[in-house]
Amino acid sequence: MAGALNPGGGGAASGVFGALRGWLLAPSLIVIGFFLLAPVCMMLIYSFLTKDFRGGVIWEFSLAAYDQFIFDRGLFGDEPPKIEWIYITIFWRSIWQAAIATILCLVIGFPTAYFIATRPAATRTVWLFLVTIPYWVNLLIRTVSMKFLIRDTGPLNEWLIQFGVIDTPIHVINTNIAVQLGLFYSYLPFMVLPIYASVERYNFALSEAARDLYASRWTTLREVLLPTVKPGIVAGCILVFVPSLGAFLAPDLLGGAKTFMIGSLIEEQFKGNAGNWPFGAAASMILLTVVLIVLMIYARQQSRAEERGH
Amino acid sequence: MKTLLKLGVAGLALALASGAAQAADKLSIYHWFEYIPQELLDKFSSETGIEVTMDTFDSNESMLATLKAGGMGSYDVAVPGDYMVEIMINEGLLDTFERSELQNFDNIQDQWVDVSFDPGRRHSIPYQWGSTSFAVNRDMFSGNIRTTDILFNPPEELRGKINMLDSQGEVILMAQLHLGIPQCSTDRDQLRALDALLQEAKAHWASFGSDTAKDVLVSGDAAVGQIWNGFSAKAREEGANIEYSYPAQGYVAWMDNVVLLRDAPNRASAIKFMDFLLEADNAAAVTNFAQYTSGVEGVTPLLTEALQNSPEANPPADAPTGTFIAVCDEETQALYDAVWTRLKK
Repeated sequence: MAGALNPGGGGAASGVFGALRGWLLAPSLIVIGFFLLAPVCMMLIYSFLTKDFRGGVIWEFSLAAYDQFIFDRGLFGDEPPKIEWIYITIFWRSIWQAAIATILCLVIGFPTAYFIATRPAATRTVWLFLVTIPYWVNLLIRTVSMKFLIRDTGPLNEWLIQFGVIDTPIHVINTNIAVQLGLFYSYLPFMVLPIYASVERYNFALSEAARDLYASRWTTLREVLLPTVKPGIVAGCILVFVPSLGAFLAPDLLGGAKTFMIGSLIEEQFKGNAGNWPFGAAASMILLTVVLIVLMIYARQQSRAEERGH
Repeated sequence: MKTLLKLGVAGLALALASGAAQAADKLSIYHWFEYIPQELLDKFSSETGIEVTMDTFDSNESMLATLKAGGMGSYDVAVPGDYMVEIMINEGLLDTFERSELQNFDNIQDQWVDVSFDPGRRHSIPYQWGSTSFAVNRDMFSGNIRTTDILFNPPEELRGKINMLDSQGEVILMAQLHLGIPQCSTDRDQLRALDALLQEAKAHWASFGSDTAKDVLVSGDAAVGQIWNGFSAKAREEGANIEYSYPAQGYVAWMDNVVLLRDAPNRASAIKFMDFLLEADNAAAVTNFAQYTSGVEGVTPLLTEALQNSPEANPPADAPTGTFIAVCDEETQALYDAVWTRLKK
């Protein structure tokens, strides 16, 4: 992903900082090791431990958490095991929601980023500033505001009725559409900013050259602009998709918390009545694995594409 | 040598004294959200010179999780509900105190001294008690609301407009009262009936939310809301035309309690705070704010008139008594956890 954000970078600085490099890297290595690797290792270990009643773990090896995820033994636990669909459904629903939110962000975010990148340099900063301003407000407050806007008796419905566009309020709150809207609104800048960074570096002389060679506007976009800014698009998609996948604020507040999402399922294991830490850790590990696989497929395709390009 | 020793002892005594004074300067509370007026905390600070910090939680279970995940030793007192006090005693999370440590212990109403979840009150004092039932918007529905059918078999005009608490214990107990089956039952037919009822009723529910329980009623997003009685009174005061129901099948009763936590860093401050809350004036201040009912003697005349006559705090004469949530054993609890997961799948 770093490569996607920074294609062809690096290399030049190593000469100057050569001797110091190890030391300069130390702080970030310590931070990554302590705040990223250590928690992940803890999660992995916890997922293989025995659950203690009402939260906590007993230090005995157990596969119960993964078993619970995969097998359904009926409400009373004595039927022959079948495949458990509950958790797969929850995962699939979350992936689907995150995918739709990502597509929404892309559809709105790409033209926005293109628009900003093609403004004169002086006004670009103003536009970027405008994109980021709403994100100075806490995510929780933005999500609650969204709820007030879209509810049945909210301003949006009232205006639409007042202007005669609709007769009865559009029911959006507590539906999947509300969740997707919330995710879209929460993570839009994560799409706009990387795409902007790519388009800004794009040499528009290439588009002109394509047009001179009688390429249509559509062909220019598809064959010249898009392949060049693709790393930015992919980075944006990953930055929106991954946090959307684990989100629980939008599903809880806008979706009415009627169905578990991955995020709320995991939260319930630690904060809710279930108090099943190993299962929460196992669900997190499975989520992590899914995300890693997606990223690895992308990385492999990317390197193949580069090989072909050479 | 002797003088040196004396000096050393004096120095040690001084160090201990200053240490004690420093420890007594602070109090760390772990409390429910919107449950104590800031003025009361300020009053405590100005009376005792103790500096108060407070964190809040939104469910008994999340409080337990925080304490078990390393929160012990950082808080002095917490405010768990009845069944959670029992769980915390079983988990060894609470410290004990002697009656003599609390000057105002005798202010506790007799009925709340020897409670089942903490016999003889060795770890806790009463904070507030009340009920969990539901409120109905009277603009939307004018029929009989004193039945749990409103939640589990709602009339046509209320379908899809119901908010339930996002709380396993309270949702499942209401369903058990509706079906007339006992808590912690392991009877398979009863559990299947419970599961089927919840699955069917869920189709009529709009949302689950505890911290939003009041707001959805005030904003009109929900026409029916499962809610605590004091929170329902607040919603009514904020302009919702709602009526709180005491259904004939029964409702949830609860009592929140201030408990002394094990490894409390400021035990002396905690005892002072508990004593403070047992004074009728201060207990009344909490009740006037939270609109539930206090477990302390002499509070009633100090309440606002509106609260003394509030329909939420005064059940009708023919209402059944409320039912406290029971603590099930591990195996049984696992069955109810599974029912809850199936409900929210």
